[in-house]
Amino acid sequence: MIAQLTAWLTHPLGHMIAALAAIMAFLGVNGLVLVYMERKVAGFIQRRPGPYEVGPQGLLQPVADAGKLISKQLTTPDGADTLMFWAAPVLSMAPVVICFLPIPFSPLLTGMDVNLGLLLILAFSGLNSLALCLAGWGSNNKYSLLGAARAVAQAVAYEIPLLLAVLAVAFQTGSLNLSVIVQEQSGGLLSWNVFTHPLAFFIFFVASVAETNRSPFDLPEAESELTAGFHTEYSGMGFGIFFLAEYSYMVIVCAVATALFLGGWDGPVLPGIWWFLAKVFGLIFVMMWFRWTFPRVRFDQLLNICWKWLIPLGLLNLVVTALMLKLVR
Amino acid sequence: MRSLIKALKGLWSLAVGLRITAVELVKPQITVHYPREEVKNLVSYRGHIELVPLDADLQTPRCIMCWRCVDNCPSRCITLRMHVKGEEAGRAADPGLRLAPDIQVPYSQHRTPPPDVIERVLDVYRLNYSLCSLCGLCVQNCPVDAIRFTGNAYLVGTTRQTFDIDLLARLRQRAVPKAAARGTARAA
Amino acid sequence: MGRDVNEKLTGDFYTNHFAPGLSEEGDTLILNIGPQHPATHGVLRVIVELDGEYIRKSEPVLGYIHRMHEKMGEVKTYAQYLPNMGRVDYLHALAWNWAYVGAVEKLMGITVPPRAEYIRVITCELNRISSHLLWWGAYLLDLGGFTPILYGFADRERILDILQIVTGSRLTYCYFRFGGVAADVTDEFIALTRQFCRDFTRRLPMYRDLVTGNMILRGRCEEIGVLAPEMARRYGATGPVLRGSGVAYDVRRFEPYSVYDRLAFDIPTGQTGDAMDRYEVRMAEMAQSVRIIEQALEALPEGHILSPDLPERVIPPKGEVYFAVEGARGKIGVYLLSDGTARPYRLKLRSPSFSNLSLFAELAQGTLLADAVSIMGSLDLVIPEIDR
Repeated sequence: MIAQLTAWLTHPLGHMIAALAAIMAFLGVNGLVLVYMERKVAGFIQRRPGPYEVGPQGLLQPVADAGKLISKQLTTPDGADTLMFWAAPVLSMAPVVICFLPIPFSPLLTGMDVNLGLLLILAFSGLNSLALCLAGWGSNNKYSLLGAARAVAQAVAYEIPLLLAVLAVAFQTGSLNLSVIVQEQSGGLLSWNVFTHPLAFFIFFVASVAETNRSPFDLPEAESELTAGFHTEYSGMGFGIFFLAEYSYMVIVCAVATALFLGGWDGPVLPGIWWFLAKVFGLIFVMMWFRWTFPRVRFDQLLNICWKWLIPLGLLNLVVTALMLKLVR
Repeated sequence: MRSLIKALKGLWSLAVGLRITAVELVKPQITVHYPREEVKNLVSYRGHIELVPLDADLQTPRCIMCWRCVDNCPSRCITLRMHVKGEEAGRAADPGLRLAPDIQVPYSQHRTPPPDVIERVLDVYRLNYSLCSLCGLCVQNCPVDAIRFTGNAYLVGTTRQTFDIDLLARLRQRAVPKAAARGTARAA
Repeated sequence: MGRDVNEKLTGDFYTNHFAPGLSEEGDTLILNIGPQHPATHGVLRVIVELDGEYIRKSEPVLGYIHRMHEKMGEVKTYAQYLPNMGRVDYLHALAWNWAYVGAVEKLMGITVPPRAEYIRVITCELNRISSHLLWWGAYLLDLGGFTPILYGFADRERILDILQIVTGSRLTYCYFRFGGVAADVTDEFIALTRQFCRDFTRRLPMYRDLVTGNMILRGRCEEIGVLAPEMARRYGATGPVLRGSGVAYDVRRFEPYSVYDRLAFDIPTGQTGDAMDRYEVRMAEMAQSVRIIEQALEALPEGHILSPDLPERVIPPKGEVYFAVEGARGKIGVYLLSDGTARPYRLKLRSPSFSNLSLFAELAQGTLLADAVSIMGSLDLVIPEIDR
């Protein structure tokens, strides 16, 4: 029985199916954990307890939130394009699962050891902007349209610095396979790529904050200006899926950042998976820290940062990396 | 070059901001977790008013029915009915909301200087707390200190009638033997 | 898209005033900001005509919280009107209290004893600090920074606790009376106020580091909504809006009332008149208010808190009077016309936010929507004060 299970798990297809199941479970739990973490971090920064009543120290609050979202009526606005309106959240969430496959949680726990892992992740996370487009247009609402237009422009613009930062590391390692990149960094703390590519790490992190629509780049969801941006008209689980997708994308970009720059599962004593998760959640904490500290950047300033600062710096970084590699080799 | 320096200075300002929120993150909380804790400064909270009894007779209020509280209230919260000894009770002496601009005298014609012996009997003294703005004009203008604030911060109710407080009944209820009064005072 | 829906309504503000002036190209979006909106600080409706993200034309629509305070001034007696003044602008209620009792005192020739004057100064300046703290937090909330409002409120809670001791209220104060104040200050009040002044002076650098120096905030506020002094004068803007444009007009210095001529304080001004200057002016004003409070606490004399020779009844002689004070938002004026009876004949309230708001349509022309939100926040509007 055990032998049969092991044989099935080592078979590529069985491995992938098991990985998909594990990822979907992880995403569900992750949503709950991140919701709680966000509210607790916000609370402590603001000198208050955050969720407190539901369960001990508010630990059951995310369960209550999920229950509330599920129990709400799914309304479609009058005059909305039903197909587009309801395709948008599905399209936002679906690529997430695939994006998780190449990520090396630990030497054994990798969904799919594919040579083009990075490319896969970047390609599928780009589908998110299409989902926002559909949401904004399909809602038949001026506010949603404005929010979606902003979100798409922001997402498309910040793809480029993201790519440039990733390319620098790929140049050095010579592979787009995330497992290989992590293995190259397994020689102790100083072999992590963040020390050889500090600028690339900075560019990648800023671009990923913008890609996931987090503060200070959260104009698509600017509550004080546009009510709620592209997800104004969604109620209950429609909004819940966008919400879950946003948190999942946060985990994806932080996981990629960890794999590329912070040595992935590298770390002493504890098994790799714990170090990986610690680093990922550390980066997520930094994202939340940004959200509760900084005000929002205006839209044209946001695009300015991308086109005038991040892209030139990314190109400069690439050129310097290429030069250094040529000189060393 | 100047823009690069400006950008670096800007990034430094962001880092300074992050440091401040990090410091605040580890400081203790300053919110009060009601109802597990209570705020400590309710001493000066006014709450609704109540009638003050005579020292000699706890069932009788000190009120001399000069009508100053009724006239000065900006929202006409107080309903007062009285009768002079020898007449029927509850004579409708409240003239109601007077908006006519030709009334020269701001105080009611019932006003007289505080007498030695009160020859009037208070029949009804009600407060419509829903309209009260806690301005304190009634308490301040009473010539015999017959009204005081209760400091009752925890008055809650589910019907409008809870906030239509019969202050005379409240006074009489509290004048019941001291031991029982102490027991019910907290609850009331 | 939007224009067809709105044309079905007849006789409303939009059809009568806004629609005729719309541009002919027709490729613009009509949007209502408010009256229910997180960023309009009250029930304010602003109709904007958007060309992409740029505002082609905008118009504030008022009246959603008109509560007829001036009508109430005609049917209530002078004393009965006192609680109203706390509700007009609840953030700086004591300044409105002061404007009203000052007007009646001026008309009736009542002198306020010195102790009461100093108490009025201390409490009014504390109220000014709490108003500016709330403005600061709310402005940052509009701009997307969710944390500073809670830090500001932590300080503000201390002020509210201090003021609760003497007034019994935390927001809509009804503390001033004709000829003085309603209750005396206690030793606890003085000790807490001194402690607060010390602690707040130490907190202000933290606000500067967290917010004022922040690159993102500066990007949102600098060069936004530049107000020329001539334009400010044309619209009758006062307070930090005017001082941000470089005009050092403060009622406490130019038309001094009470004991302000004996207290030393600076009048902070800006240079360019953009949102950042108005912001800096208000932050500096908080520090100046602390300075005034400390001086007033030192100089607080003993004595009555209510003038001992007040008339029996509040019936001012026939005549008119105008009395102005410096509120957190600008010059608060009360015009009182008495016909010798127990009720005013006419009570006119001059609210600074009304004049400040009238700037908005011209200031917001051609700006981005995000900038318009920033401009509105920098004007520090309290809509109930505008609508009265």
